Amino acid sequence: MTGFVATAPLASPHAHSGGRVTWVMGKVMLALAPATLYGFWLYGWPAIHLWVITILFSLLGEAFCVRLMGRRAIPVLMDGSAALTGWLLALSLPPWAPWWLGAVGGLFATVIAKQVFGGLGQNLFNPAMVARVALLISFPVPMTQMVAALPLGSVGAPDFVQGLRITLAGMPNYDAVASASLLGHAKTELSRGIDLVQTFASANAPALSFIGARTGSLGETSALLIAAGGIALIFLRIITWHIPVAMLLGIALPALIGHAIDPARYLGAGTHLLSGAAMLGAFFIATDYVTSPNTRLGQLVFAFGCGFLTWVIRTYGGYPEGVAFAVLLMNALTPAIDRLIKPRIYGRDRKGKPMELPEEKA
Amino acid sequence: MGLMEKIFALLEHGPGEHWGVHPDDRKRPAADAPLRVLPLPERLHVPLQQHIGAAARPIVLVGQKVLKGQLLAEAQGATSANIHASTSGTITAIGEITAPHPSGLPCAAITITADGEDRWIDSEPAVDPFSLAPKDTAARIAAAGVVGLGGATFPSALKLGLGLRAKIHTLILNGGECEPYLSCDDRLMRDFAAEIIDGIRIMLHATGAQKAQIGIEDNKPEAIAAMTAAARKFAEISVCPVAARYPMGSEKHLFSALTGQEVPADGRTTDLGVLVHNVGTAWAVHEALRHNRPLVERIVTLNGGAIAFPGNIRVPVGALVEDVLAYASLKEVPARLVMGGPMMGSLLPHTRVPVVKGSSGILALTAAEAAAYDPGPCIRCSSCVRACPVGLLPLEMSAHIAASDLNGAVDLGLKDCIACGCCSFVCPSHIPLVHYFNHAKGELAAQGRTQLRNDAAKRLAAARAERIERDTREKAEAAARRKAERMAQKAAEKAAAEAAAAQEAAGTAAESSEVTT
Repeated sequence: MTGFVATAPLASPHAHSGGRVTWVMGKVMLALAPATLYGFWLYGWPAIHLWVITILFSLLGEAFCVRLMGRRAIPVLMDGSAALTGWLLALSLPPWAPWWLGAVGGLFATVIAKQVFGGLGQNLFNPAMVARVALLISFPVPMTQMVAALPLGSVGAPDFVQGLRITLAGMPNYDAVASASLLGHAKTELSRGIDLVQTFASANAPALSFIGARTGSLGETSALLIAAGGIALIFLRIITWHIPVAMLLGIALPALIGHAIDPARYLGAGTHLLSGAAMLGAFFIATDYVTSPNTRLGQLVFAFGCGFLTWVIRTYGGYPEGVAFAVLLMNALTPAIDRLIKPRIYGRDRKGKPMELPEEKA
Repeated sequence: MGLMEKIFALLEHGPGEHWGVHPDDRKRPAADAPLRVLPLPERLHVPLQQHIGAAARPIVLVGQKVLKGQLLAEAQGATSANIHASTSGTITAIGEITAPHPSGLPCAAITITADGEDRWIDSEPAVDPFSLAPKDTAARIAAAGVVGLGGATFPSALKLGLGLRAKIHTLILNGGECEPYLSCDDRLMRDFAAEIIDGIRIMLHATGAQKAQIGIEDNKPEAIAAMTAAARKFAEISVCPVAARYPMGSEKHLFSALTGQEVPADGRTTDLGVLVHNVGTAWAVHEALRHNRPLVERIVTLNGGAIAFPGNIRVPVGALVEDVLAYASLKEVPARLVMGGPMMGSLLPHTRVPVVKGSSGILALTAAEAAAYDPGPCIRCSSCVRACPVGLLPLEMSAHIAASDLNGAVDLGLKDCIACGCCSFVCPSHIPLVHYFNHAKGELAAQGRTQLRNDAAKRLAAARAERIERDTREKAEAAARRKAERMAQKAAEKAAAEAAAAQEAAGTAAESSEVTT
């Protein structure tokens, strides 16, 4: 029994907290599950098919690159990051989008936006958002064709096979189900010269619903469930309050001011927070470890920037939604934020100079 | 701290303390098991270097009979310490034994074959330490070979002397024992509270400090109770429970927890009038001054999933780990053997390694406990940034070191790293961050030594060039001088000749004029 011989010198510590990357990703997926399942119910089989296809192609892109590098793909796929990227991308697509949108997006996210940079941890930009923006710019029409919610089991909702047909062959009669998201509707009406007060006074204006009975992508329908998942992540200690709170403040503060000055031109803070990808962005997109700053102070700056830019793009930009653009712009600033904002070292001031000794008592 | 700094801290961490980690402490049941005594092994291998300074110089010969407590080797220099015999017997070798270090490299050691009597050397009766001058008290502590028992093994007398010179007002006793698994200080405080308090009083006398604070983590209520009871008679000594949080036992962190101040990056606690000593050291001081017993044994925690009977054992210095493990019985072959705690302890290459003055524990960890995973890519989750008790960016530092940019890592604060292991402990990608930092520190130290050597060589070369130049110059000057002298001589000769010629001519003229007149 005492014939023990160590195999290789190992540095301390000889203990570990037990955390693992796979579990981190797993917990994030778990937190996304309620909102996703609710979205599945709202939009039915086409949404489920699209979700599966997007994740499959994300995994495929990742596996392809890893095999190209001569490494085994399964251990890399097991870290869960590619699946999570695909999942987040699927949540940001129109639920009835054609299959190739999810496929191209999934491949783009893991191949171009992630593995080209060097794989997990090396990418400068959020892969899901890079893919979404690439799709939005390349295929603006299918990326903005929203449908009204048609819950599973309701009259006229497509069954499994019909859903497959919609996903694979496209929507047969789009006009019948077409609907506009709230932000898109507001933007369209404003550009037609109709102010917001009139727009929302009309009977067919999109409803603002906290529980998500509204038009949009999977990830923007239920602000309540997304926020609940995000708060669960805070309690699971996967993320902290800093990024979500700062990002939502970044959207809400300018919205409050704008709406107070001119309600006909500027949407209210509540509308902003509950619409589009605000909640998904604040809790699940901007909080991406890889592309956000290291320190919490840095994260506050970063996330406030994400929120503020989102509001600017939504209000003055050409696109109705701006979360993806805002996050990518702030991703580009993350290295600069990390360089400027560092933790204070024990016994030193923020600039790194040793503290002064207290004056000698005479 | 300014107001802005307070706001920043609040935004970053919320109210209260934030540094470090909370590992599962796994101190019980080992901590609660009664103290045992290791049966005397047949042979003891006492290393000559059990302190941070130079190895002690042996003053005994092979074949010589020694008694327990007899001086075996003398300290060499200020940071060295005396080494004494841990039992009575015969010196059978002065050779080498594997050092308690992951490298498995040998260190010089004196082997004593025990005679089984364990007889103490006769010593003069102990004098009242309070009748001695502080300096003489420190000298006795030095003679007894007492070093810091918290792990740093800095000679205690030297530290007390520094304290005396720095005019310290407070002595902090470190009973934090924040490392998981370890309970040797806990056991010592429970079983020898009065002795520790006495040692603290002697240390107060030796340093001239007015008060002593004993910092104990609140996961050791029995130790807190025992120490509080023992300290009750002495108003100058107080027991201060602190939150259980790793690394509370770090000198600077315990200091901050007790005083609310921070030690400047380039300073020591003594700059702020505070000296920090381990509670085990106080016990060793008591033994040295009251009983004339040098430091020849210590309490070692035996713990880990592979140990059948975990607990604390009194072990003579120089006993092999294999003897200790044989006594405590192993349930299974351990996946990892560690000397010290799991956070900062060193991996043992095998079991034929001696217990030294700084050995706080021997851990026989199972595969499940040792948690060896293959490292994955960094996901920049910044868990390490939040865990770092010093406020460093471990993920950035390791990235610089991985790219061989050591200076980049130094700019990020590598030299402030205390190697506590919090970052590696929390890393979900199992990146051996401390390994990187230790590597970089070693590399930088080697570079520093090379630099010193190069500078010295450069100085010598410059001196040589200067000497050669001076020689040439002096030679040239001498030659020039000689030439000038020759010229002058020639000129003088010439002048003399001319003068002589002129005189002659004049003489002739005179003669002729004489003739003519």
